[in-house]
Amino acid sequence: MARIGVFVCHCGENISATVDCGKVAETIGNLKHVAYSTEYKYMCSDPGQTLIKDAIKEHNLTGVVVSACSPRMHEPTFRKACAEGGLNPFLCEMANLREHCSWVHEKNELTTEKAIDIVRTQVEKVKLNSALQPIKVPVTKTAMVIGGGIAGIQSALDIANTGHKVIMIERSPSIGGHMSQLSETFPTLDCSQCILTPRMVEVAQHPNITLYTYAEVESVEGFIGNFKVKVRKKAKSLDEKACTGCGLCTTKCPQKKIPNEFEQGMGMRPAIYVPFPQAVPNRPVIDRENCTYYIKGKCKICEIVCPTKAIRFDQPDEILELEIGAIVVATGFDIKHADFFPEYGHGRYKDIIDGLQFERLASASGPTAGVIKRPSDGEIPKNIVFIACAGSRDPAKGIAYCSKICCMYTAKHAMLYKHKVHEGKAHVFYMDIRSGGKNYDEFVRRAIEEDHVNYIRGRVSTVFERDGKLIVKGVDTLLGAQQVEIVADMVVLATAGVASSGAEDLAQKLHVSYDSHKFFAEAHPKLKPVETNTAGIFLAGACQNPKDIPDAVSQASGAAVKVAALFSQSELTREPLVAIVNRTSPPTYSTCVGCFMCQSVCPYQAIEREEFKARDGKVVKTVAKINEGLCQGCGTCVALCRSKSIDLLGYSNTQVYAEVVALLNEY
Amino acid sequence: MSHSEHHTERNTLAGSVEKSVEVQAHKCYQCGKCTAGCPVADEMDLPPSMVMRLLQTEEPANDERILRSHAIWLCVTCEMCLSRCPMEIDIPSMMDYLRQRARKEKKVNKKAKNIIAFHKSFLNSIRFTGRLYELGLILDYKRQSLNMTQDISLAPKMISRGKLHLFPTMIKGTAHIARIFKKTRT
Amino acid sequence: MKFGIYPGCSLTGSARDYNESVFAIAEAFGLEFTQIPDWNCCGATAAHNLNKELSLALPARILALAEKNGLEEIIVPCAACYSRLVVTQHELKKDPELKNRICEVIEMDYRGTSVILNVIEWIDKYIIPKLEEKIVKPFNHKVACYYGCLLVRPDKILNYDRAEDPQTLDIVMSKIGAAPVDYPFKTECCGAGLSISRTDIVSKLSGKIIEDAEHRGAEAIIVACPMCHSNLDMRRPDINKYWKAKYKIPVIFVTQAIGLAIGLPAEKVGLKRHFVEVKIS
Repeated sequence: MARIGVFVCHCGENISATVDCGKVAETIGNLKHVAYSTEYKYMCSDPGQTLIKDAIKEHNLTGVVVSACSPRMHEPTFRKACAEGGLNPFLCEMANLREHCSWVHEKNELTTEKAIDIVRTQVEKVKLNSALQPIKVPVTKTAMVIGGGIAGIQSALDIANTGHKVIMIERSPSIGGHMSQLSETFPTLDCSQCILTPRMVEVAQHPNITLYTYAEVESVEGFIGNFKVKVRKKAKSLDEKACTGCGLCTTKCPQKKIPNEFEQGMGMRPAIYVPFPQAVPNRPVIDRENCTYYIKGKCKICEIVCPTKAIRFDQPDEILELEIGAIVVATGFDIKHADFFPEYGHGRYKDIIDGLQFERLASASGPTAGVIKRPSDGEIPKNIVFIACAGSRDPAKGIAYCSKICCMYTAKHAMLYKHKVHEGKAHVFYMDIRSGGKNYDEFVRRAIEEDHVNYIRGRVSTVFERDGKLIVKGVDTLLGAQQVEIVADMVVLATAGVASSGAEDLAQKLHVSYDSHKFFAEAHPKLKPVETNTAGIFLAGACQNPKDIPDAVSQASGAAVKVAALFSQSELTREPLVAIVNRTSPPTYSTCVGCFMCQSVCPYQAIEREEFKARDGKVVKTVAKINEGLCQGCGTCVALCRSKSIDLLGYSNTQVYAEVVALLNEY
Repeated sequence: MSHSEHHTERNTLAGSVEKSVEVQAHKCYQCGKCTAGCPVADEMDLPPSMVMRLLQTEEPANDERILRSHAIWLCVTCEMCLSRCPMEIDIPSMMDYLRQRARKEKKVNKKAKNIIAFHKSFLNSIRFTGRLYELGLILDYKRQSLNMTQDISLAPKMISRGKLHLFPTMIKGTAHIARIFKKTRT
Repeated sequence: MKFGIYPGCSLTGSARDYNESVFAIAEAFGLEFTQIPDWNCCGATAAHNLNKELSLALPARILALAEKNGLEEIIVPCAACYSRLVVTQHELKKDPELKNRICEVIEMDYRGTSVILNVIEWIDKYIIPKLEEKIVKPFNHKVACYYGCLLVRPDKILNYDRAEDPQTLDIVMSKIGAAPVDYPFKTECCGAGLSISRTDIVSKLSGKIIEDAEHRGAEAIIVACPMCHSNLDMRRPDINKYWKAKYKIPVIFVTQAIGLAIGLPAEKVGLKRHFVEVKIS
C-alpha cells in the first residue's frame, strides 16, 4: 500500500503570490494513498528539509512529492533529504509549481487548479517509482584543453600542476592566442608578450602537457570521465623532430606576399612560416593553399635549403584517437571585420583600422617596430580618433551586447599613442565608459587627466576620406547634441568582439549549448559559470563572451579546479535514469526481436548486441543491450522500439501513462 | 502578460507617438548618431537626439518644447537618422506625427511659417488640378508668405527653357481628388 | 506585358529635360510605355508633413489606376515619387485596416500588386542587356554619382541598394565608360523640399555636395532625381552666392548620359534646358 507525502513550497512569494498553497496541500491531502500533505514557506531551507525527513519516518512514507521549483534547481537537494530520511532518493519526485504555474499565470482559482493538477500527476507517478541505485563509471584522468590562448594556457598549467595529464589542441601553428598580438596590457601597461611567453614555454616544457598545434577536434563521443576524442593533426609538411627551427626555409621561400595573420594583415609572410618570433613551438609550417609547390607542382626551395632535410611535402593529415576524462573549451574570440560598418569606411580606407591592428602598430615586435605609423603612407598621425562601440550595443547591426573590453583597450590605445606621439591629439568617441574592475576607472581617468585624451560623448555618424585626411562626423551630446567634425590622420575602430570562427561547429561536436551569437553557454548564469550543460565539459575565457585577460585567467583556473575535482574521484556515480531492454526467461530471453532500429537512432552509441547461446554454444537469439555507462536517458530508443521492449528507468511507460490518466480523471 | 502591458496608457507625447507611429522613445540611449549625421541639425533648435531625450522625460513642459520647436519643421525627411540608428528608431515617421500634432494644437513655431505656407500652397495646387501647377504654386506661396521678391529672376529663365507652364493641366478626376482631400480632412 | 510609366509632376514641368531623356533612350532601345491614365500628384513632402492619410491616399490612387489598367510593372523616374509609391505600398501591406480605410477614401479597389521600378532598376533590367552594342561614344568622364536620399532610404522598405556607399548608379555609369570617383556625399541630402521656403538651407547643403564633387575632380554630377537636379542645377546661382563660389560642374541625369553615349544629340535628351551649361559630351 503506497503512503505518499506531499510538501508544497511557497518559495517565499514566488509560488504563493498566485497559487493558494494551503488549498493545494489540503486538496492533495484528501487523495487516496496520500498519507501526509503540508505546506511551508521555504522547503529547501534547513527546517523545510527537516520537515520532510521527519515526516518520512513519522508517517512511514513510501514516496515523496515536493511541489516547488524546477527539478533543475533543487531535485538533488530533496533527493538528498529523502535519503537522509531513510527513503531511496529515487522515490522522490518534484512537481514544478513555479516555472510551470505561478510564474506564468495570474493569481486566480484556475491557477490553483492547475497547481493541484500538476501535483496530482506526480503523486500518481511516484506511486510507481522503484528504488534505483546510482551507476558507477570509471574516470580517465587525462584532460583536453581546446585552444591555446591565455585561458587555455592557464587551465592547462593549473591542471598539469595537480599531477594530471593534459592534452592541448591549438588550430593555428603556435599557441599564444590574441594575447600574443597585444602590445601592452591595461591597467598596468606591462608588456603583453613579456608576461605571456614564459607561460607559453612552460606549456611546451611541462612533463604533464602534450601539445598538438595545427590540430583541430574532429569528433567527440562518450561522456564525463570517458570521452573519446578524435583530433586531426593537420600536416605541417615538416618532420618536427628533424627540424631545428633554424628558419632558413622561411627566409628563402620565394612566395612572400601572403597577408600576415599575426600582424592583422599589416605585414606579409612567406608560405613556409613561423607565425611570430616567440612562437611555441618554434617550428615552421607550410601553408599549402599559398605554397607555390602545392599550387604549381614545382619550387621545393625550402626542401633544398633545409640543412636537416626536415621538409615532408607528402605528409598526410594524422588522426589521433584520444581517451579523455574532461574537456576545457578555451577557443577565444574574434573581432568583427570590415564590411560590417560601411558608414565608417573600414576596409575602404587604409587608415581606418581596428583595435587589433592598432595593437600591432603599438607593439615593439610589430610591423613598425612600435612606431605609430599610418598604413597608407607611413606618416605618424598627428590627429587620431578612436571610436568605441563600433558594432557593439548596436541591435541594428545584430549585436546588442556590450563587448566589455573596448572601453579599457581604447583608453589604453589613446594613452599609448600619447606616450609615443607627444605632440599628437587623441580623441575618443564613446557612449558610456564601462570601467568596472580593479584600478580600471583610475586608468581611464589617467588617460583623460594626465595624457589629456579628448573624450567626446557621442557616436560617429560617418567617416570618409578627403585629400588623404579622414573626416570624422560625430556629435557631442554633452554640449546639447552639437555636431563635431574632426579632420583626422587615422581612425581606430573598437569593433565588436564576436565568437571565434568555427565555434558553432565545435559546440555541435561537443554537444554543448551556445547562444544566438555562437558564444558557448554556461550551465547557470550565476552559479555554474564555468560548467556547460554537458557534464565533464568546462569553459574558460572569451569563448563564453568577450572578456579581458584577468577575467579569462580567473575563469581558466576555475575550470581547472573543476577538472581536478573530477579527477580526484576514483570513479563517478551517475543517475540511474537509463534505458533498459527487458529480459525474460529462456527460450524467449527478451521480447526484443533484434531489429536494432534503436541502435541506429541512439545519439550516444550506447546500444550493444547481446547473444544468447544454447548449451551447444549455438547462438539462438541476438537482442539489444544498453550500456548504462553511455546511456544519457534521452528516451529516443523507447519511442522507436516497435516491440515495446525498452523502458526508461524513472520514466517508465506505466509511470507516464499514470500521469496522463491522472490528468484525465476527476478527483 | 508581458511587463509592458502592465503600464496604463500614458497621457504624454511619448505615449501618443508610440500609439500612432509605433516609435518607442525609451529605446533611445542617446548615442547621438542621428544628430551627428543630420544634414540640418546645426539649424535646429532641438537636434533629433534632443527631441528623443525630451520625449523620454514625459514632462508636459518638455512635450510643449517639442511641439513648439522649429526643428520639427526643418527636418527634411532624408531618413539618414533612421538608416544609421543602432536602435532602428523611426525618427522620420515620428517627425511627421509631431508636425501634424503641432498644427492640430496650433503650436506651430513662428519661424516655420514659410515652410508650412509652401506645403499648403503645394497641396492647394493639387487639390484643384490633381497635379502640381508649378507657376500656381509659386504665386500662391508668394501670396501666403508675402515674400514677393524671392526667386523673381528664376521664373523667366524657367519659361525660356520650357520648364514652367503658364497654365495648369487639369486631370479628368479633379472631383475625385477633391473628395480625397475632403475625406482626409486636408 | 504592359509596361507603365508614372512620370510625376516635375517631369512635365521643371524636369522636362529628364522626361525627354527617359523617353529618348526608351525609344532608342525599342521600349514603349503606357502612361498611367489620369494620374495625379503623389503628394510629395507636403502631404506627409501635413496629413498622413492624404500622403497614402494620393499614391494609392495612382497605384489603383495602374492596376485597373492592367499595368503590372511601373517605372517611376522621379526618386521622390518612387519613394512615396513604394512606402505607400509597404504601409498598406503592413496594415490591412489602414488599407481598407484608404480604399474607402479613394473609392477604388487597391490590391498592391504593382511592381515599382526606379530609373536605375529599369535601366538595369531593360537597357543594360542591350547597351554594349549601342554605345557609339563612350562617356569617358570622371563623374560623381549622386543618389540623394530617396533612392536608397529607408533601405529596409525600398530593398534596393545598400544605404551606405551604394553602387548601382556607379555600375551603370562605368558600363557607359565613365569613371566614378570615391564620393562620400553620394547619399547626403540636398535640402529637398525646402528649395523655395528655405533656399538658404538648400544652398548650404547642395553647395557641400557640389564642392566635394568638384574637389575630387569630377567633370559632372550624375543624378536620378528631379528634385536633386533642380536643387543642384537651377539653384546654382543661389548656391554660388551663399558660398561665394563659382561652381561650374554640370548636373546630368543618368538617362541623359546614356543618351549621349549611344549617340543621341544633346537637344534630344534635354541637355539644353539646364541652367548650368553642359560642355561635356
